[in-house]
Amino acid sequence: MDDLYRELILEHYKHPRRRGRLERPDVSAEEHNPLCGDRVRIDLQIENGVITDARFDGRGCAISQASASMLTDEIIGMPVEQAKQFSKEQLLALIGIPLNHNPVRIKCALLPLKTLKAGLYGVGHAPDDDEL
Amino acid sequence: MTASAALNLFDIVALRREFPILNQSVNGKTLAFLDSAASSQKPRRVIDCLEDYYRRYNANVHRGIYRLSEEATFAFERARGKVARFINASSQREIVFVRNTTEAINLVARSWGDANLRKGDRILLSIMEHHSNLLPWQMLAQRTGAKLEFLPIDGEGRLMLDNLDAQLAGVRIVAITQQSNVLGTINPVAEIAQRAHAVGALVLVDGAQSVPHMPVDVQALGIDFLAFSGHKMCGPTGIGVLWGRRAILEQMPPFLGGGSMIKVVGLYESTYADIPARFEAGTPAIAEAIALGEAVDFLQEIGMDRIYAHERELLGYALERLSEVEGLRVYGPATTEMRGGAVSFTLDNVHPHDVAAVLDNEGIAVRAGHHCAQPLHAHYDIPATTRASFYLYNIPEEVDRLVAALHKARTLFG
Repeated sequence: MDDLYRELILEHYKHPRRRGRLERPDVSAEEHNPLCGDRVRIDLQIENGVITDARFDGRGCAISQASASMLTDEIIGMPVEQAKQFSKEQLLALIGIPLNHNPVRIKCALLPLKTLKAGLYGVGHAPDDDEL
Repeated sequence: MTASAALNLFDIVALRREFPILNQSVNGKTLAFLDSAASSQKPRRVIDCLEDYYRRYNANVHRGIYRLSEEATFAFERARGKVARFINASSQREIVFVRNTTEAINLVARSWGDANLRKGDRILLSIMEHHSNLLPWQMLAQRTGAKLEFLPIDGEGRLMLDNLDAQLAGVRIVAITQQSNVLGTINPVAEIAQRAHAVGALVLVDGAQSVPHMPVDVQALGIDFLAFSGHKMCGPTGIGVLWGRRAILEQMPPFLGGGSMIKVVGLYESTYADIPARFEAGTPAIAEAIALGEAVDFLQEIGMDRIYAHERELLGYALERLSEVEGLRVYGPATTEMRGGAVSFTLDNVHPHDVAAVLDNEGIAVRAGHHCAQPLHAHYDIPATTRASFYLYNIPEEVDRLVAALHKARTLFG
C-alpha cells in the first residue's frame, strides 16, 4: 500500500496542480482506458517549440489523476522534442511507482503520458504502452 | 444478527476446507475472496477430477475403439447427463458443451439468428445485460438488419415491464439475464417467457450468474435457451453449457464446422450430425466437461436451495453493514427480495480502482471496473463500480473485514 499511495500521490490527487482547460490550446488530446473507463485530456500551449503551459482534465483513480497532475507540472518549459522522448521509466520515476508494480495500475499511471504523446504526435497516433 | 442462521445451513468451516485456495495469506492477511461473480474457486474434488482424467484415462472421445477412449467417452457423456438433470432438461441431447456463456449465446445468435431473422425483425434485450448478451445480438442485427430493443430499469435496478407487451411487437427473440452481474437483480424470466411466447418470440436466458447460485429448472421457467459457464459454479474454465429446447435445436444449422459434427462428408457437401454433436465441432474440453459434472455433484450434495439461502443471509448482512459506511452507494435492489449476492457500489471521492487496491492490501479480493456492462454504467453516469460478490464459501467475518477496509479507504483518500 505504502509504495502505491505515497504522500506525493495522495497530495496530487487531493490537490491537483494543473486541473482544468486552456482557453486556446495549441494541442489538445484525450485518451481512455477501456478497462476501467478512466479518461484524461491534456491541453498544451506551445511557443517556439517549447511547452509554455499545460492543463489536464478527466476522471479516474488516484494513480491516473496524480500522474496527470505531476506530468503536466513537469513538462512546462520543456521543448516539444524533449517531451516527445519523455519515457515510461521517467514518468514512473517522477511519480514514484516501481516499474514492477501491478501491470493494471501501471496502465493507470501511463494514461496521461499516452495522452501527451497522442497530442504531440497528432491525432490517431496514440502509442501502445510498450511503445511509451 | 441473522447471519448465524446461515452458518447452520451447513458446516461452513468444513466446507471452506474443501477449497485449498482459501487457505492462504495475501499481504499477510487471510484471503477473503469476494469475486466469485467473476470466477468461483474450485473444491479439491474438482481439481482432483481433472488430474484423474489426465493421469488415468486421457484419450479423445467418440473415436477410439480402445478402453481409455471408451472410459473417457463414458465420463464425458455422463457429465452431460449430470448437467441435464441439474437444470431439469427433458433430455441430455439438449445439453451442448461450449467454452462458456459467451460462446453459447454466440452460437444461438449465429445459428438460429442468421437462419431466422430478417430485416425489420426485433430482438429484445435489457440495458442491464453483460456485454456477452449484447454484442452477439448487435452483430446479428448488423448482419440481418434486425433492430434491437431494450427493457428499461427503475431506480432500484429492476426491470420495468409495464410496456413489455408493446415492446414485444415484432420481436423474434428475447435475450435476458436471470441475474444481473452488477446489480444482483433477479429478473422474472418465467413471466417474461410467458408473455414473449404469446407473441411467438423465443426466450434465451443468460444464466451465468444464476445457475451457480440458485435452483434453475428450465422446464418450470418455460424458456427456450439457457447459457451458463462452468468456472462460475466451482467447475473449470473452458467449459460452458448451452441448453436448448430439443425441437428448436434440431431445426438449427451448425455453428462451427469440423470433426465430430458430421454424418457423411463429401468434397463439396456434407450432412450433419444430430444434436448435440452437430454443435460440438472439434475435440471438446473433455477433462473440463467431466470436472464440471463433478462440480454439479458437489453443488447438488449441498443443495442449491441451501446455497441460495446462505448467500441471501450473507447478502442481507452485507447490505446492512455497507449502509453504515458514509458516502457509499449500493447499486441495485436495497433488499434481498429477488436479489442475488453481487453487490456493486461507489464510495464518494474514492475511485473504484483505489478502493480495490486498498482492499487488496487487506487481503480482500473484489472486482473494480465496469464488469463488462458499460451501457449499465453509462445509465448511472459512472465510469466504474467496485463489486463484492458472494458464494457458498463466504462468511460474515469477510463482510466485516470488507466494511472495516472501506472505512480505511475513506480515511486514506478523505
